[in-house]
Amino acid sequence: MSELILDNIDNNYVSVIPAAEHSTAAVEESHEHLKYTVETENLAVSFFGREAISDINIKYRSNTITAIIGPSGCGKSTFLRALNFMHDLTPGAIVSGTIKIHGKDISEYDMTDVRRRVGMVFQKPNPFPTMSIYENVVAGLTLHKRHKKSHLDETVEKSLMLAGLWEETKDRLKVSAMALSGGQQQRLCIARTLAINPEIILFDEPTSALDPMSTAKIEETLHILKKDYTIVIVTHNMQQASRVSDYTSFFFLGKLIEHSKTRTIFTSPKQKLTEEYVIGKFG
Amino acid sequence: MYYLLIFENTFTIIETEKKIIRSSKKFSDIVFENLTLLFAITIIVIVVFICFEMFKDSAISREKFGFGFITSEKWDSVKSDYGALTFVYGTVVSSIIALLIALPISIGVAVFLTELANSITKTTVSFLIEILAAIPSIIYGFWGIFVLAPFMRTSVQPALQSTLGFIPLFQGATAGFGLLTAGIILAIMITPIITSITRDVLKAIPVSQREAAYALGSTKWEAIKMALLNAKSGILGATILGLGRAVGETMAVTMVIGNKAQIKESLFEPAYSMASVIANEFAEASGGLHVSALIEVGLILFGVTFIINSLARILIYSFTRKAQAR
Amino acid sequence: MTDYYSMIKNNSGRRKIKSRIMLTLCVTAAMLAILPLVYIFFYTTIQGASSLNLEFFTELPKPVGETGGGMANAIVGTLTLVGLGSLFGIPVGIMAGIYVTEYSKSLFANIIKFVTDVLSGIPSIIIGIFAYGVIVIPMQRFSAYAGGFALGLLMIPTVTRITEEMLKLVPHTIREAALALGIPRWKTTIMIVLRTASSGIITGILLAIARAAGETAPLLFTSFGNSFWSSSLDGPIASIPVQIFNYAISPYDEWHRKAWAGAFVLIALVFIVSLIVRLATRNKFSQSA
Repeated sequence: MSELILDNIDNNYVSVIPAAEHSTAAVEESHEHLKYTVETENLAVSFFGREAISDINIKYRSNTITAIIGPSGCGKSTFLRALNFMHDLTPGAIVSGTIKIHGKDISEYDMTDVRRRVGMVFQKPNPFPTMSIYENVVAGLTLHKRHKKSHLDETVEKSLMLAGLWEETKDRLKVSAMALSGGQQQRLCIARTLAINPEIILFDEPTSALDPMSTAKIEETLHILKKDYTIVIVTHNMQQASRVSDYTSFFFLGKLIEHSKTRTIFTSPKQKLTEEYVIGKFG
Repeated sequence: MYYLLIFENTFTIIETEKKIIRSSKKFSDIVFENLTLLFAITIIVIVVFICFEMFKDSAISREKFGFGFITSEKWDSVKSDYGALTFVYGTVVSSIIALLIALPISIGVAVFLTELANSITKTTVSFLIEILAAIPSIIYGFWGIFVLAPFMRTSVQPALQSTLGFIPLFQGATAGFGLLTAGIILAIMITPIITSITRDVLKAIPVSQREAAYALGSTKWEAIKMALLNAKSGILGATILGLGRAVGETMAVTMVIGNKAQIKESLFEPAYSMASVIANEFAEASGGLHVSALIEVGLILFGVTFIINSLARILIYSFTRKAQAR
Repeated sequence: MTDYYSMIKNNSGRRKIKSRIMLTLCVTAAMLAILPLVYIFFYTTIQGASSLNLEFFTELPKPVGETGGGMANAIVGTLTLVGLGSLFGIPVGIMAGIYVTEYSKSLFANIIKFVTDVLSGIPSIIIGIFAYGVIVIPMQRFSAYAGGFALGLLMIPTVTRITEEMLKLVPHTIREAALALGIPRWKTTIMIVLRTASSGIITGILLAIARAAGETAPLLFTSFGNSFWSSSLDGPIASIPVQIFNYAISPYDEWHRKAWAGAFVLIALVFIVSLIVRLATRNKFSQSA
């Protein structure tokens, strides 16, 4: 019985997909002059043959913040992680479709190059525990190739400054990264990502493990970063999505239901499902 | 046939529709992964090679004596007549004595560590038990020669004789060096391993089970007994692993067992174990047949420990998996 | 008719007493298990420390009848053998441990784990026979190489296991963080994951080394023994445990004293290493908590 209901739900939402594509197309048309940093075509990810997400067609513009919202298990993180090959480590994961960065298919790039162009900040702060603050920031550089000390110093200052951590740490760069608070650690992780100078930064629920103060600081940072980077942020928190993002994608049961300007999503969504979600009827 | 065709068709359609994104592996990554694989395989190769060597080098003896090797009591390098029965006997009996002593003590210590001790005592006792496991067997043997064996001769064995002397096991001369002393040394040596695994096994049993027992009005011991019964396959595994250690132990046994190839009823009599005879005679073995016979003893020892250890691992693996599933 | 209440009460009293007795027995067992350790420890210390002097560390053994002399060659020999063993056992152990945790599919990982367990269960005397067969026989002589090889084989399972366990403790998120920075997988494994786990792995290796230093059986017919300095690695070499064995089974008191001193050195080594391991792992726990 329960399976039957599930099936029905699934069918319903599958049937709304063409409409969702339509809405994406509409947004596309009105901004055609803008450049797309990331594009996906028919992107799907499956684990051991079970599809987690499928038919994801989405385009992200440069210098924008896009929020991805949706209930738990809808495939938000799965989608985000597909963009920089993070499923590579997961056993049984198969990613199919096309991902383009600046119009170029990523399968033409080297995997590590893709990751250097698409940075990622994770849900829980994960600095390298055996390294100092300084070493953490430059890890992506020094483990790639040799760099001049002056260049590293400069990068550390610039990255920490951008991440809003410079003032707090400039006197103790040699201290272990584990000595920082959770919020500081997360900003360190942002600085670490900025140091490799990516074009796109993916944030996977970056504030879900942090207190409100730290969250506010990181949101501030996001606004500053927007000038130079394309940002995609997965968030559980709908206020956060509406506060920080220019565009919002709504995912449900592994499908992209609606992608539009954030204001549109939150005030006049085209899909009934989106409306139900943003007003809190489920999820 | 028809169905298969359909199936194949749909299958190909799916295949062509999906463009799978595969990450291109770096050459250095492939090199490193295969390098680690090579070392992992090295371990397998070594173990296989050990089996092969033992088998090959015992060929002369195996051909000459056949299965009679295991049932023959003779070990005579002058007449070149070799049989392993006395050594098998010594190993088996000393190991059984060790288990009989070590098992109750180990379970007691494990219960003490998991259920009774406060955290300081727990840390201290488990640290001491760890050291007990790390002390080289040569030192146990040395201590056995100068402390345990004389103590057995002057105190323990006479006492046993006067109380249990009606049993043939405790009759005869009280030499100090012999099966019983070897068994006791082995018991001391295998207590740490049985203890630590039993402790882990007990820890794996959920607290809720114990709480349920208390809720039904059980005393502390009854709750513990239930936990022990639940953990019995894991404890059995630990015991068998301890048995494996005891069977393969060389130096300590060599130094206290008396090194006399004989089978006597009394546990006070000197005997000989498989590992001991190899340790004592291998370096000075006279001629190919003697070496080959010693290696065949080694082969039997290897086979026995292999079976014992595999059995123990399977029991412990399956227990921990079951405990995790709960 | 029957006084159920007092029956239950009596019964519960008996159960309580039984419980008390069994728990006391457990405590007794713990004391009984530690007794030999304490005895061996103090006995060796008393016997050994009194015979321990500078000469012990600097002089060669003296023949029967002469007093004085030491075990300098055996100490150097044990260091040499353990060094050779480490050179072989540690890389194999670490690399195999890395393979099992970082790269292997579960079935093959289990096979390797099982084989590692088998290797750790093989009696050390058998390892000695193996080293004799593959090194001593072809070289036609006892040698430090053969002894070192045997010790290395004995170290492999411990090192593999500890590497595996320590790498498993490194959170998955650390690996992801490194890969997301575009660091190649192999560099991530060596420079980030292994480095994070290094303190645990090093203590485990220390333990493996201490164990190997005390091994006697596999050395009896591989490195054999030597009353003099060894000039090269392809000849017989002295070692502390074998020297203890030879002295212990001799009838001379002077040699027994020397053997106790050697035993004291080994026990002290084991004790210090175990203590270091304990402290290091305790730090690990307090860090994660």
